[in-house]
Amino acid sequence: MKSTLRIACSRSNLQQVRDFVRNYLTQRQLADITVNQVVLAVDEVVANFIIHANEEDERQFLDLKMSFKGPELNVEIADQGDTIFLPTEHQAPDLRDYIRQGRKGGMGMTLVNRLMDRVEFFTRDNHTVCHLSKRLA
Amino acid sequence: MKVTAQPSADVLTLQLDGELDASSAILLDTELAKPDILNYRKVLVDCAKLTYISSAGLGVFISHLQRFQDANVKLVFYNMQEKVFNVFEILGLDALMTIVPTEAEATAA
Repeated sequence: MKSTLRIACSRSNLQQVRDFVRNYLTQRQLADITVNQVVLAVDEVVANFIIHANEEDERQFLDLKMSFKGPELNVEIADQGDTIFLPTEHQAPDLRDYIRQGRKGGMGMTLVNRLMDRVEFFTRDNHTVCHLSKRLA
Repeated sequence: MKVTAQPSADVLTLQLDGELDASSAILLDTELAKPDILNYRKVLVDCAKLTYISSAGLGVFISHLQRFQDANVKLVFYNMQEKVFNVFEILGLDALMTIVPTEAEATAA
C-alpha cells in the first residue's frame, strides 16, 4: 500500500494525487462520499500549493504522506519550494456575492475546512507544511 | 475530462465526462464563455458521467451564472452523482443553482 507520493508542481499532476489518495483509502471500507471528501480536501490543498505558492514551477515539488492512527486519517503535504504559503484566517464566502461578481476562486480552503476535522499550516525548515486529519468510521 | 455540446432549437445540452479539477476547468470555461451560448433559452448540464468536481470546477459555473441570469438563460444540472451533489451541498450551492434528478425534470424546469 503506497503511502507516500512526490509530484512536480504542475496542475496536470492533480489526477495522480487523487488516484494516490483513493488507492490509499481502499484499505478501509469507506463510503464513496467519504472517500471523495478526503480526495477533494487533499486536491484543494495541493492545487493551492502548485498554483499560488509555486506558480506552477515544475522544478519545485510536493511530498505527500498518508497514515492512519486507529480511525484517524492523517495527511501531510509538504511544499519543498522556497515560498512560505500560510493561508489567511478562514472566512466563509458569501456565495451570492461571488455570483454577482463572477468570481472563480476563493472557495477551496472553505471546502477543506468543512471537510476535515483539523487543518493546520506551519513551517518546517523554511518550507510550508499542511497537516490534515479526519476521523473516519 | 470531456465536454460535449449538443445544441437543439433553443436548448444547449453539455455532457460532462470525467473529473473537473483545476487542470480541466479551462475546457468548461471555454465552452461557457462562448458568446452564442447566450442565444439559448436554457443550458442543461448532464452530470451522469461527471465523477469529480473541485472548487475550480464550481468556480467556473459560479463565474458565468450572473451573465446567464442577465441574459435570461437558465442553467440546469441533472443526473448528478451523489458524491458530486455532496460537494455542491457542502458549500450551499444546491440552494443557489437549479439541480434536478432527471433529464425530464431538467427539460421541464
